[in-house]
Amino acid sequence: MDFALSDEQKALKQTVHEFAENEIRPISMEMDEKGEFAWDVVRKAARLELTYSGVPEEYGGPGLSMLDNVIVIEELGWGCVGIASAIALNQIAILPVLLAGTEEQKKRYLPRITDSDNPRLCAFGLTEPEAGSDAASLKTRAVRDGDDYVLTGGKCFITNGGISDFYTIFTTVDPDQKYQGITAFIVEADTPGFSIGKIEHKMGMRASQTAELILEDVRVPASNILRGEGQGFYVAMETLDSSRPGVGAIGVGLARAAFEEALAYSRQRVQFGKPICRQQAIAFMLADMATKVDYARLLCYRAAWMLDNGLDAIKESSMAKYTGTDVAMEVVTDAVQIHGGYGYMKEYLVEKFFRDAKILQIVEGTNQIQRLVLSAQLIN
Amino acid sequence: MNMVVCVKRVPDTSESEVHIDASGKDIDKSRLSFGINECDNYAVEEAIQIKERLEGNVTVISLGGKDSDEVIRMALAKGGDDAIRLEDDAFAGGDALAVAKALAGAVKGLEYDIVFTGALTDDDGYAAVPVALAELLGVPHATYVKKVEILEPGKKAKVGRELEGGLMEFLEIDMPCVLGIQTGINEPRYASFKGIKQAAKKEIAVKSAADLGLDAADIGEAGSWAVLEQFTPPVVGEMAEILEGEPDETAAKLAGILKEKGLV
Ligand SMILES: Cc1cc2nc3c(=O)[nH]c(=O)nc-3n(C[C@H](O)[C@H](O)[C@H](O)COP(=O)(O)OP(=O)(O)OC[C@H]3O[C@@H](n4cnc5c(N)ncnc54)[C@H](O)[C@@H]3O)c2cc1C
Repeated sequence: MDFALSDEQKALKQTVHEFAENEIRPISMEMDEKGEFAWDVVRKAARLELTYSGVPEEYGGPGLSMLDNVIVIEELGWGCVGIASAIALNQIAILPVLLAGTEEQKKRYLPRITDSDNPRLCAFGLTEPEAGSDAASLKTRAVRDGDDYVLTGGKCFITNGGISDFYTIFTTVDPDQKYQGITAFIVEADTPGFSIGKIEHKMGMRASQTAELILEDVRVPASNILRGEGQGFYVAMETLDSSRPGVGAIGVGLARAAFEEALAYSRQRVQFGKPICRQQAIAFMLADMATKVDYARLLCYRAAWMLDNGLDAIKESSMAKYTGTDVAMEVVTDAVQIHGGYGYMKEYLVEKFFRDAKILQIVEGTNQIQRLVLSAQLIN
Repeated sequence: MNMVVCVKRVPDTSESEVHIDASGKDIDKSRLSFGINECDNYAVEEAIQIKERLEGNVTVISLGGKDSDEVIRMALAKGGDDAIRLEDDAFAGGDALAVAKALAGAVKGLEYDIVFTGALTDDDGYAAVPVALAELLGVPHATYVKKVEILEPGKKAKVGRELEGGLMEFLEIDMPCVLGIQTGINEPRYASFKGIKQAAKKEIAVKSAADLGLDAADIGEAGSWAVLEQFTPPVVGEMAEILEGEPDETAAKLAGILKEKGLV
């Protein structure tokens, strides 16, 4: 077993770290304050091929492995969770096309994403107001009409909603069939009847845009179905199994950033005549924070490595997602604590980190759902 | 246009405390992070931009151990074509002249129109390598270069040199030549992921002094005009007064001195 990164992985990590440090960190507080999508940074990220890192070379991407991607996503999470999520959700939204698309669909849609001079984004539309964790109960209907399907319904909380070129929309052809009726479509943003509703005003992850999607008699050709009628639920689950280690890695990056802030602050903050890091209560907190960052990272690496090697990694992906993001919440909480009152103030990065951490425990399947998936695998 | 870029891997001391090591001739580098010398990063970018405009070839050269592969590969990932690393115990302890001799040995074996180096290094800061290198190669040079315009590929370039107070001096220079590049001349790119993956597969030719036909007595410490004796922290001189105490006390003392001397 070898725990060292290869030279290539080190170079990827270094490049994205520099990108996060020079392009993301300087604007992250401002974007958070304004709640504004950072198009400029996302365009620059596309030039590095960061927004579509997993797309294979034959379709114009760099073809990064899951493990390599987890390594670079940690750096994005270190930079800003909002910007990291906008980029990571784009990567996730590409997955249904990569995993389930026909050759024709790939040739048609992937080049839009991999055009680094004019990068466009895509979004993953699964969640509905009445179908969150219980995604199989979704209600958006698809009704066949000749060579087309007519889609009616709505989606909520869709990352990159309103700024994407196309959407993977999960619908049902028959609600009585539950998950066996679920059918996924690629829907282009300019299709008549497709519109954007409310843009959400969020606690954290504010540099990414979250929107409601409205579908009113949206006519989509049958050739835009991903893998066939009734296959949509499997497409969604395969996508989520593959994307979970990456969400965990955003958490690892955030936790590491919070740890670094806490360590630096505790060295220079003097109370009772010495730096607070010399108080054992604080020093032990720092020790635990560092350990958590490391074990969360190892779980993310392992899950990604298993996926790269074609191994069944449902359990390990769930472990990686909830550990990476639970650790983020725990570590940012301690980082704010170490900052005392200052950590509660907007001038300090840890205040933003604290708000950003929470969302990671909710998106991509809540951490309760991860435990549900994992325990079912253990028990059954 | 054939171009060569010389790059160096240096410790990043901007955010760490620097301590002198036991030998007294170096700093303790065990806890420092390393990266490409800042000016060299701009030199790499300049060469690649010229290649993209006019076509050609960029060879990356570095004098250093295996660790230097990291900065070489990053330059390849950004668009460099070939790479040579110069490694030999005989190169150790060299001054700027000895370093230039090693680099010249490698450059002589190549076809080149421009050799780019950084104007100076973040660690030693001699700013002498580009000048010495040009002398050894018998070609013209310019340093602190902040603008390069190719007038006639392979023949003539116009370069802007940054002088005191932001003044720019423009001169025409014949190729082949050596240009010492200053920071800020361009905006260094990030390597693309594809570039990084391709660079990982490229070969870096490792050459010893013998491979370059250099005599061990003429390089490294033996071939240097200046030999490092010792590092020391600055000594508190007679003219300097170090104020001690809590910030409010030292501030009060400082204000007193400034007033007393009529400086405020
Ligand atoms: C900022 C943001 C961005 C998002 N981006 C996207 C996106 O791009 N695409 C997309 O499709 N969706 C997206 N979502 C939706 C997200 O995936 C859902 O919010 C999430 O799956 C939870 O669904 P819910 O909000 O309806 O909560 P609910 O499902 O109502 O859950 C409420 C609580 O009950 C718990 N719970 C529910 N069922 C169980 C159970 N069986 N056992 C134990 N506990 C349970 C949950 O863990 C949670 O704590 C986003 C959400 C947010 C907030």
